[in-house]
Amino acid sequence: MAALLTTLFLPLLGAFALLFIDKTALRGIKVTALAISLLTFLASVVLFMQFDQSEAGFQFVINQTWISSLDAGFRIGVDGMSMLLLLLTTLIMPVAILTSFNSIKKNDKLYYAMLLLLQAGMTGVFVALDTFLFYVFWEVILIPMYFIIGVWGGKNRIYAAVKFFIYTMAGSLLMLLAIIWLGFHGDPQSGKFTADLMALRDVGPRIPFDIQQWLFLAFALSFAIKVPLFPVHTWLPDAHVQAPTAGSVILAGVMLKLGTYGLIRFNLELFPQSSHYYADFFCILSVIGIIYGALVAMAQSDIKKLVAYSSVSHMGFIVLGIFSMNSEGLQGAIIQMVNHGLSTGMLFLCVGVLYERRHTRELKDYGGVMSVMPKFGILFGIAMLASVGLPGLNGFVGEFLTLLGAYTSPALDTPWYAVLSASGVILAAVYLLKMYNGVVFGVNDKAENQSLPDLTRSEMWQLVPLAVCCFWIGLFPAGFLKVSAPSTAALVNKIEGLRADDHNYGQELLLPDAAEALAEQGAAHPD
Amino acid sequence: MLELIPLVPFLPLVGFVVLGLFGSKLRNEQLIGWLGSGTVLLSFLLTLGIFFELLGMPPDARDGHVVQVYSWLAAGSFSVDIAYLVDPLSLVFTLIITGVGFLIHVYSIGYMHGDEGFFRFFAYLNLFIFMMLNLVLADNFLLTFLGWEGVGLASYLLIGFWYKRKFPGVGLVWTGDAARKAFIVNRVGDFGMLVAMFILFTLYGSLNYLELDAAGPTQAGELLTIATLLLFLGCCGKSAQIPLFVWLPDAMAGPTSVSALIHAATMVTSGIFLIARNATLFALSPITMEIVAIIGILTALLAATMGIFQNDIKKVLAYSTVSQLGFMFAALGVGAFTAAVFHVMTHAFFKACLFLGSGSVIHAMHEEQDIQKMGGLKKYMPSTYKTFLISSIAIAGIPPLAGFFSKDEILWYTFKNGGAFLGGMGGYLIWTIGALAALCTAFYMFRLVHLTFHGKERFDAAKVHPHESPATMTMPLWILAVLAALGGFLGYPHALGHFIPHFLHGWLDPVLAGGSGLWEQWVNGQRTEPAIIWEYFLMGASVLLALVGILLATRWYNKDQPRLASAEEGLPAYRILFNKYYIDELYQKLVVDPLDRFAEGFLFRVFDVKLVDGFVNGTASFIGRSAEVLRRLQTGVAQNYALVMLVGIIGVMFWLVLFRG
Repeated sequence: MAALLTTLFLPLLGAFALLFIDKTALRGIKVTALAISLLTFLASVVLFMQFDQSEAGFQFVINQTWISSLDAGFRIGVDGMSMLLLLLTTLIMPVAILTSFNSIKKNDKLYYAMLLLLQAGMTGVFVALDTFLFYVFWEVILIPMYFIIGVWGGKNRIYAAVKFFIYTMAGSLLMLLAIIWLGFHGDPQSGKFTADLMALRDVGPRIPFDIQQWLFLAFALSFAIKVPLFPVHTWLPDAHVQAPTAGSVILAGVMLKLGTYGLIRFNLELFPQSSHYYADFFCILSVIGIIYGALVAMAQSDIKKLVAYSSVSHMGFIVLGIFSMNSEGLQGAIIQMVNHGLSTGMLFLCVGVLYERRHTRELKDYGGVMSVMPKFGILFGIAMLASVGLPGLNGFVGEFLTLLGAYTSPALDTPWYAVLSASGVILAAVYLLKMYNGVVFGVNDKAENQSLPDLTRSEMWQLVPLAVCCFWIGLFPAGFLKVSAPSTAALVNKIEGLRADDHNYGQELLLPDAAEALAEQGAAHPD
Repeated sequence: MLELIPLVPFLPLVGFVVLGLFGSKLRNEQLIGWLGSGTVLLSFLLTLGIFFELLGMPPDARDGHVVQVYSWLAAGSFSVDIAYLVDPLSLVFTLIITGVGFLIHVYSIGYMHGDEGFFRFFAYLNLFIFMMLNLVLADNFLLTFLGWEGVGLASYLLIGFWYKRKFPGVGLVWTGDAARKAFIVNRVGDFGMLVAMFILFTLYGSLNYLELDAAGPTQAGELLTIATLLLFLGCCGKSAQIPLFVWLPDAMAGPTSVSALIHAATMVTSGIFLIARNATLFALSPITMEIVAIIGILTALLAATMGIFQNDIKKVLAYSTVSQLGFMFAALGVGAFTAAVFHVMTHAFFKACLFLGSGSVIHAMHEEQDIQKMGGLKKYMPSTYKTFLISSIAIAGIPPLAGFFSKDEILWYTFKNGGAFLGGMGGYLIWTIGALAALCTAFYMFRLVHLTFHGKERFDAAKVHPHESPATMTMPLWILAVLAALGGFLGYPHALGHFIPHFLHGWLDPVLAGGSGLWEQWVNGQRTEPAIIWEYFLMGASVLLALVGILLATRWYNKDQPRLASAEEGLPAYRILFNKYYIDELYQKLVVDPLDRFAEGFLFRVFDVKLVDGFVNGTASFIGRSAEVLRRLQTGVAQNYALVMLVGIIGVMFWLVLFRG
């Protein structure tokens, strides 16, 4: 319990603490920020050790009333799925802070406060068990990210920041509507409003389909933008290219997972019937995203943009796994979220390493870097291979399980999603090797690149831990999969029992008028 | 002893990790070289021990020994372990990999002497051995796939090993581009493997070889045929068959000992291993078998013809490898699983020897690879010459050297079982194509021998001083040459009398009997078995054809002024064969360029930027412009507001009177 609260609030306290440090004491600011993030990581590890891996439900649950008239509360807790993502967040943050030490050259105090605030927000999203609390954290994230891109970003930062903000905002407004609408279904007996996710988990599946599907779509759109799913992905390349390295690392490493996490936690959990009904739609978008993202990545000459589009492709696998709605697919999706965070995080760090030294991201400005930066060559190689999905590294585990899930999914009932997506495996090799070969291999014949220094000790500290995790998950995935297994199994069980094509679902539990609506619907469609 | 099998792949892994992490600090080449070789030698000795342990068992007790290491991956009903399967088949491959692998490691100590990436080279070689051993020792598809992709990675790293060197080709500039091409073409095959695994898992609920083998017949049908075809697509990638063979010739960009180990003796035979390992599943899919046989034999001929006019010593050998692999697939396709494995083994001996010999020559000629600029090397490097000659005779198929036995067994089976294919004509057709390929093989091999070692020196003796290579290089050559000469007796044909048993057949029988039995059953219903007299006749015919090839080559190339490219260019077939039927160009024009143009010119520049993002930005600017217009209403002048209000009130009144009244 204490560990969970520490994980959530320490970054927030840290952000405040930073405000009281003299803004010229740069070293103090940096060290404090790093120390806070490392302590938070420790707290999350303690939390993980206390976590009971055989338990499917939420643990360390805190339930405090907040706004009693709305039945909104400070309700938090973790289950197997959020546990892994929590660890990912606390691992990525120190790395992101460390990588900013040299690259951020103005308003340091505000910058690190923003990073810590961002961490608190993301952690909050993963642990919130209350729709209002969830929404607050969800929106809190926007502010620091908006500033990180808009203040410390590249040349076109304002455009990218505003685009990011408005894109996400458009989605979350719909989600707010859905949260309110959903709240009114809170208590079938009294019709009392609630924001308690634990209660809503049982209520959601009983909402008649014609209402449920709108709630589903509102949540899904908001999450799809965050993922981002084709065709609402165009904010991502701009945000990534303009954001400072740390921003990109956090964006790819953690923020995109908020979307996929939301899809599982809300869409699958609360609206299983609609999930069934719209599964094909989302799988088609995922498959398009996988292939489309890969092809567009192929066409990039800007390394950072290439990695950004690769995210569109890789995140497609996760959404595909989610809407397979079986254990293989969901487990694959969860582990793939972690994997993508690690490998794409590493890739952005590597791009940052190059940019720091040469201030260009154009592929043609590099070549033969291996001869001056061998350590970089190796770690960049590991990141690239993890992203390609080479067995033995982490990316393969998630990719294989999501594809296997999609192939065997009774809900999808067609092998084609998996088969088409598997072609992404070929394309990933095409664009990632293009990038790697272009940077690392060949003769180092450009005058500016002759004396590029190899990785500094700080850069090694950023990359090596992530690389170790890539191997760890790749070689021993069972230990990681085990953490989320009971939670996903419980979810799959729940979904299997409630199918969209079964029009009699949960009838005896419905509100009177909802049952009526359902009867009408049944009369309209006798099949 | 058998339980020690995990150590066999583990030792080279330790070598890789130690060399990879600390290699740059070990400045001593001998230490690095022997460290890398030592791990492989230990693995070989360990395997040898296990081999004799198995040999001591009764035949039916030799297969199915599984040694569990740990549970790798599990989700839902899916689960696979890191577990090794010890049986006669995996041991044959393990012995080849560690045995030949060790020799090539030792050779590399001499060959890579003085290279700035010496430690890196041995680290990669050890990584390769580790991955290759996982591929063949795995007890399930997924672990094989780990090895399968892992050897692909090692191959990528080693083809691009000299990353600063140029390597011209279609769409290639650097050696790294050749490495990338190999990886990507292989990925096309891996796609097939992945989907095949999904199908097999849905059919059988397992990816475990023993379970698949046992349950095979229960699910025979269309889906199994598709699965086996997809597996074969994977094999086409890794083992360089039509249509995915294009990467192997370019893989020659790597150091020569890599070509010998990876691109001749071991990795490229993975496809043969995979089909032999799943003989039961393939035997249940006759359509797949027919396709495997046809693709195999066509590859054998096509690649052999491509080898005829090449002048790069390594490229000749590369095409030869593609061609020989084709023979192996032809064997698999007609159900001669043992013959295919037999040819894997003999080919490993003579082709490794040939590649290492060519490395020795290149070494002596100061990195020259063009055989037109060689000649007369016989007297400078006797050991290299003799071993090269022995291996050339072996690959040409002259008895009693190894190549004769294995190739002849394959040809005999294509005739014997081919009758089940191609409307009954398969036996004649496949045999004839195979025999033609064998003729070409004898021809281009002896063209190579003559141009390289015989005749007058065509190089500037003032600048180039050829010399015999050091013992670390010639010793492996001799050992391989002896194996290439004698290895064939492990598969002595019954037709030539029963005084030596066909060892390999008896040895592999416990593993392959199931598949072979099912296959025999099917084939016997499709064709009548040809009389035994044919076997003698065809054996004689194929030897005769090989001799014809050798004689033609000798006539044209074994003289002081041999025909060189300038003279050959006049030949009608020269252009097309020299340019490998323009297949690389064709792929470039039909696949690579259009895909690039589509991705860059349409998807990115038009669709993504103009259409999708254009819509987004369009929405934003529409709202912006609308606001611009609406903003004008907010003039701040009270009279205007009053006027609008008045108009509004009048409007409402009219509406009420006209429509509601």
